[in-house]
Amino acid sequence: MRLYALCVYLFLYIPIGVIALFSFNAGRHASQLQGLSTQWYGKALNNPFVMDALETSLIVALVSATLASLFGTMAAVGLQGIRGPMRATFDGLIYVAIMIPGIVIGIATLIALVTIFDFVNPGIAAMWPEGVEPPNLNMGMGSLIAAHTMFTMALVVIIVRARLSGMDATLTEASSDLYATPFGTFRQVTLPLIFPAILAGFLLSFTFSFDDFIIAFFVAGSETTLPIYVFSSIRRGVTPEINAIGTMVLAASLVLLVTAQILLRRGDKKK
Amino acid sequence: MTARTRNWLLLAPAGTWFLVMLVVPLTVVLIFSFGERGPAGGYVPALTLEQYANLPARWTAFKNTMVLAPVGTIAALLIAYPLAYFLAVKADPKWKTILLVLVIVPFWTSILIRSYAWIFLLGGRGIPELIDLFGIGKPRLINTPFAVLIGIIYGYLPLMVFPIFVSLDRLDKRLLEASSDLGATPARTFLQVTLPLSVPGVATGCLLVFILLMGEFLIPALLGGGKVFFVGNALVDLFLQSRNWAYGSAVAATLVFIMLISVTIYMRLISRLNTQREDVSLM
Repeated sequence: MRLYALCVYLFLYIPIGVIALFSFNAGRHASQLQGLSTQWYGKALNNPFVMDALETSLIVALVSATLASLFGTMAAVGLQGIRGPMRATFDGLIYVAIMIPGIVIGIATLIALVTIFDFVNPGIAAMWPEGVEPPNLNMGMGSLIAAHTMFTMALVVIIVRARLSGMDATLTEASSDLYATPFGTFRQVTLPLIFPAILAGFLLSFTFSFDDFIIAFFVAGSETTLPIYVFSSIRRGVTPEINAIGTMVLAASLVLLVTAQILLRRGDKKK
Repeated sequence: MTARTRNWLLLAPAGTWFLVMLVVPLTVVLIFSFGERGPAGGYVPALTLEQYANLPARWTAFKNTMVLAPVGTIAALLIAYPLAYFLAVKADPKWKTILLVLVIVPFWTSILIRSYAWIFLLGGRGIPELIDLFGIGKPRLINTPFAVLIGIIYGYLPLMVFPIFVSLDRLDKRLLEASSDLGATPARTFLQVTLPLSVPGVATGCLLVFILLMGEFLIPALLGGGKVFFVGNALVDLFLQSRNWAYGSAVAATLVFIMLISVTIYMRLISRLNTQREDVSLM
């Protein structure tokens, strides 16, 4: 039994280990280890395409995770006090957002936004004052953020709602019995209790957005995120530079994930 | 401000977002699937079933997906179950959390980079060369259905282990003692007590993995080398290469429809299995 578990862990971690090992390759061939060096990390970090893609990915992940945590938490709190068809509709939307494959979300967003933009852009141009360049709505950073926020918001609602339902209802009752305003109760009782869940939701959203390839592939327009860059480089061939980028990405997500886990666990203990 | 207004205001941003970025796009896909392809790609409004009539042209993609998604799910289940059992029942409680986190963490890291790792391992200078050392010749592994299956198991194993672990971990260990006190062999205890009680976890794990596999693109694209084509790959081809929005929409709508049907049948089966079990336990 133990031996079996060990084998599965090796299966899970050997590929990651191999990537990490070969990222320190001194040679230029991807699959022949010729001494150790950190040159490929330097090359990756000095590659302007990599840095541009990284910047785009970071901005998109940060903004969409922030919006998703904010609106997702608001929705989770609002849903608590709602019954009937409105609640059923919301539950249905969250279920659909999670269940529909990312690739379908990607193409649907692409064709819907392109159609809407084609329709709206001439209108805006016509209304714009003479001599000033009218704004041209296009697929890019905005559509990336909007699509990622939609999906990760559903995640945040689920995570925060689980924490809210595990919360002792008498606490908020006590608070309002003691004449706290609803907002006061929220700020001083509810928020501190659900905060670990919100933060965990934020970190998971960030990781999802940062690692997402398939939605971004469709809605990024002319922007390149890091996963899109990595995918197109892999298509051109395996290089030690990709190993270095991959190792850095895995290490970064690892740090975020462990933080999210610790936060969720700490929240559990408090409860 | 009444409580009702407050709740509506709280729900407004998320509701609007879902409407614009989920409901509208999915509706557009449905509408476009009844349209026609424009001369330069894109979409021309129409009301025709032509796109759906053309679906057999992509039969291979549907066939591959509908074979490899269930096969991949079952393969992941067979590997995940013993591990989940070990973690929940046999592992030292001190190490349990760490061991569990070690299983879950890979799932939340980039599946792109994890699949890439297998290009590396299954490629000409990886595992095939190791096998060659035994003198059986160099088998071709990359760009085969086998490579795609490995990628699937590797990618989705964590997602399968977690729910099974949760259901086994919740299981009252006194039941196992009671069973062996009553003279059941360990095998019999497992078959008659542990296994039936872990059905909800198994059901959840299979559902999650199956849903994700139905829309898979990256694993067949990277490890199947264009030879093992999923519906996801067909969709990328149709939208980004040939820009055939109407036909692509029909393919996407069909994929979602197949998923809905199979998930509904699956849920029915599972709930029937659960009620049957309750009947047995009542006796």
